Amino acid sequence: MRCLKKSLLLSAVCIILSGGVAGHAQAENTLRFSNKGDAPTFDPHALNTQDTLMATIQVYDGLVMRNPEMEIVPGLAVSWTNIDPNTWEFRLRENVRFHDGSDFDADDVIFSINRALSETSQMQGYLNSIETVKKVDDHTVRLITKGPNPILLDQLVNVFMMDKEWSEEHGVERPQNFKDQEETFAVRNANGTGAFKLESREPDIETVYVRNPDWWGSETYDHNIDRVVWRPISNLATRVAALLSNEVDLVIDPPLQDLARIDNYPELNVLSTSQIRTIFLGLDVGRDELRNSSVTGENPFQDVRVREAIYRAINIIAIREKIMRGLSMPAGMLIEPPINGYNADWDNNRLEYDPERAAELLQEAGYPDGFTVRLDCPNDRYINDEAICQAVVGMLGRIGIQVNLNSQPKSKHFPLITGRDTDFYMLGWGIPTMDSGFIFDYLFHSDGSWNASGYGTPQLNAKIEKIRSVIDKEERDLLIAEIWEQIVAEMPYIPLHHQMVTWAASSDLNIPVEPNNMPRFYWANFN
Amino acid sequence: MANFIVTRILQSAAVMFFVALICFCLFRYVGDPIVNMVGQETTIEDMEALRQSLGLDKPVLVQFAHFIAGALQGEFGISYRLQRPVSELIAERLPATLELVFVSAIIALTLGISGGLLTGIKRNAWYSRLVLALSLVGVSLPTFVVGILLIYLFAVTLNWLPSFGRGQVVDIGWWSTGLLTVSGWKAIILPAVTLALYQTTLILRIVRAEMLEVRRTDFIKFAWARGLAPRSVYFNHALRNTLIPVITVTGLQIGSLIAFSIITETVFQWPGMGSLFIHAVQFADVPVMAAYLVLVALFFVLINLIVDLLYFAVDPRLRMSAGH
Amino acid sequence: MLMKPETEVGSHRHLLTSVRRVLDSDVAHSFFASPATVLAALVTLLFVFMAVFAPVLTSYTPFNPSTLDLMDSFIPPVWDANGDPSHLLGTDDQGRDVLAAIMYGTRISLIVGLCSVLLSLLIGVPLGIVSGYFGGWIDSVVMRIADIQLTIPPILIALMIDGVTRTVLAGNLHETAAIPVLILSIGIASWPQYARVVRSGTLVERNKDYIAAAHMAQSPPYRIMIGHILPNVIGPTLVIATIGVAVAIIIEATLSFLGVGVPPTSPSLGTLIRIGNDYVFSGEWWISLFPCLALVMLVLAVNLIGDWLRDTFNPKLR
Repeated sequence: MRCLKKSLLLSAVCIILSGGVAGHAQAENTLRFSNKGDAPTFDPHALNTQDTLMATIQVYDGLVMRNPEMEIVPGLAVSWTNIDPNTWEFRLRENVRFHDGSDFDADDVIFSINRALSETSQMQGYLNSIETVKKVDDHTVRLITKGPNPILLDQLVNVFMMDKEWSEEHGVERPQNFKDQEETFAVRNANGTGAFKLESREPDIETVYVRNPDWWGSETYDHNIDRVVWRPISNLATRVAALLSNEVDLVIDPPLQDLARIDNYPELNVLSTSQIRTIFLGLDVGRDELRNSSVTGENPFQDVRVREAIYRAINIIAIREKIMRGLSMPAGMLIEPPINGYNADWDNNRLEYDPERAAELLQEAGYPDGFTVRLDCPNDRYINDEAICQAVVGMLGRIGIQVNLNSQPKSKHFPLITGRDTDFYMLGWGIPTMDSGFIFDYLFHSDGSWNASGYGTPQLNAKIEKIRSVIDKEERDLLIAEIWEQIVAEMPYIPLHHQMVTWAASSDLNIPVEPNNMPRFYWANFN
Repeated sequence: MANFIVTRILQSAAVMFFVALICFCLFRYVGDPIVNMVGQETTIEDMEALRQSLGLDKPVLVQFAHFIAGALQGEFGISYRLQRPVSELIAERLPATLELVFVSAIIALTLGISGGLLTGIKRNAWYSRLVLALSLVGVSLPTFVVGILLIYLFAVTLNWLPSFGRGQVVDIGWWSTGLLTVSGWKAIILPAVTLALYQTTLILRIVRAEMLEVRRTDFIKFAWARGLAPRSVYFNHALRNTLIPVITVTGLQIGSLIAFSIITETVFQWPGMGSLFIHAVQFADVPVMAAYLVLVALFFVLINLIVDLLYFAVDPRLRMSAGH
Repeated sequence: MLMKPETEVGSHRHLLTSVRRVLDSDVAHSFFASPATVLAALVTLLFVFMAVFAPVLTSYTPFNPSTLDLMDSFIPPVWDANGDPSHLLGTDDQGRDVLAAIMYGTRISLIVGLCSVLLSLLIGVPLGIVSGYFGGWIDSVVMRIADIQLTIPPILIALMIDGVTRTVLAGNLHETAAIPVLILSIGIASWPQYARVVRSGTLVERNKDYIAAAHMAQSPPYRIMIGHILPNVIGPTLVIATIGVAVAIIIEATLSFLGVGVPPTSPSLGTLIRIGNDYVFSGEWWISLFPCLALVMLVLAVNLIGDWLRDTFNPKLR
């Protein structure tokens, strides 16, 4: 017994020593990264959420990728051509190896795209225009689409390539299946072609990436990060404390109110850029009567004057200055600059804050004493979401609309929207495809799965459906503009602001800020 | 005797069943797990399909039967959020929480007993009054405030101790320990002190009260009369008699420490069961929540059962009443 | 029939004895001999006064969002260079006056603390008397439940009950019902300690002569329990209840800190601290510090009074 104890202790000491020695022997650049929460899985096709994409994009590559300027650049495909409107030919990069040493070729592409198209995948939405994938030779593939698809490349950015042999060997030919409550090898292990290898992973506690010295992109993206240690910290004050006490190098969600202090630290920097996510309020204009309102027999939101009154009652500048600490862009549209369809004239000409006019509008609409309504709000999804809702409650109260605030976690908030069971709600929307068509499908088509506003007409639906397959850019952009013009005028959604991405980083770390709030560690460099 | 033990065990089993029922009912309806499992850009049809395949559309009784059958085998299914067997997750997190609780209990016992002795022996000295006053402040300060204060002072301002995490851990079999490395010890100080504070004041007050009481008893008076040195009277006689209730209370307080570690672990991002539980609550991760509550209840019931049986062994009166 | 007036007189006599015991000169002497207790009583009175007369003491209505102006947010306390004389302790992130918010917040904390203890008493005292008086299976069922519940910390039980009610109450009903739900959770979580004390008191009283006399007079059990036993066992219970109020206030604050307590639109002291916690590092320390001081002072004062009561009336109780 005593011997056993001793040997255990000895081995423990050895582990410590060896760990210590390894740490000192090479002057490694370790990037200590933190955010609010961990990614649920490392299977690149199982979940379509931002945190999963952020975790996997370090390890896996797509056929095409985006550069720091958000332009589409070659990834695992070096070039592509349209042989006809429905046929895309991709020339694959040669001499690319997966982390386990096996070669990357056309078979892996076909395997990966079919994997991402299989039933258990959540990436189908990016690929549902694809009819088949064909191999031309070892380094050439053709994607055949069901009809012309103007945004195929934008969609392919998020579809990552896996190794066919590795997947077969470990029984992960299909994406991890939520339907069977599945735990697969690919959930905690990864074998990509990407810039980093996944070294170890303890969900919620620590994920370690190490540099892939053989990465094909090393020349384009010259980084000096040897290790990334990702430890999520859920408590906001603790996360700031860890940053201030130099225990982490990069935090992608520091609280806005602490940025001034962080920036004052000589060893810390605040980095920011505009984000691809707009926050807005949705109004149910579809029903004849609201669910939780003092007004019965009619729906005040159906009157555009009431919608305008609410719009004008919101002091977005105060929200920007006080709640967002200047780090938001007041919005007049639901999309932001890099998105196709954006129009600065509309976005910058947000209706002026004018409570007097708002009260008049309410009077004209026949509600001189206002009414009561419930506002549903998330409290753990967007930057300062609950504080914004509280402020909106106060602002609407001043024009006579008495708002009961129902703020709750996103797990309870979102079902109200997808279940179309809310009169008045806060929502934010980001666009992974960089095209307006995405938001039209989800928020403006009457069948859109996140359209709780009940807004939509057959004519509008027809236009939205047409956009999906029009390949002529001019004609398509014209249609998009028409729809936005109608929406800006009719205000079924009241835009609040575009969020900003703000990161806090050690001052010796250089890393470009990314509008999707996904740091690419291979864009980073330590001085 | 056997009758008594069987009754107690049956009662404990009934309690566990009851707890399981509550856990199941409680978390069957919290939030919508489906929404947490899929992205924001998913169709309603897909969500419905998922709900069906998870069995969340079956009658509640059927779901409960599944739950109990699984629980008896230590199976609580797969975490909705982490996509891993819950039993595995709990086994991974258990060492962190138990080490935290262990270190806290040591701190609470050491400080509590010495403080209690001090204030009990020198009951009217100014420092005794000070310690007592501080102990009252300790009871009146919410744990989360103490945690943030300690972080602010020792991590941010003085930069002496880390503000979060467990430091470097060493695996011994399936048990991962932070108690073999310097960084591990540094990391455990702040959370353990935070967690120990409340229990320290509790133990301190019990020891003090017991000391005051024991001092009045005949055998201590007799010890004084025999001319024993104060040291001997206090430590060999009085303290020994004080310790019995202290040990009982400490045993029961272990449960409290486990439960209160929820707050401490949240503040210090301590990777234990408490933070697993709070994450699970936020994400409506039913299997994890149910497993945690059942496990904690099991701890409590077991400790209770052991204490009961110990009393039974010690106290002859109980044996008599159980006889008829 | 003839016995009735006598039993009533009897019960009054017991009550009177209790009251007289409280007003006993020894007690008064011990109260004034302890400056800490006097101070604690004054502080407690001050807080109760603030809570009750909040609408008179301040013209601000921190719970009415339409009277708040976001542009007034983050004003530091008056002694700061940027302070505003109309906001003595500054304003919070929504433009609420911190002092007014503390007054109204104290009100909610006190309501939750007092009502939940009252609820615990309402559950625990009858159960304790009944199980002590009748014994047998009633006793063992009640005491077994109490034993188990006593070892599970109230905070966990309250978390669970809060979770249940939240899901049962649809929509934003749980926001409006947040305070009753908290009272219910904390009240249910802490009844066993009262039941235990009352039971042991009842066991002692049950064997006394006057109870035997009442038995002989064929008084119904409920009358014996309410008329004779209750007045004699309630004293020590109320002593524990005082400390119970302090504990309940802390539990409420902790639940609110974990985000399952009182909503931020009508904050309790705990919610105020939670909101302020986000601004600890950003220099807006007053948002959390003042509510925190208020909470600690209030709880400390109530604890001191509880301690004194315990030492004075029942030195054996711990």
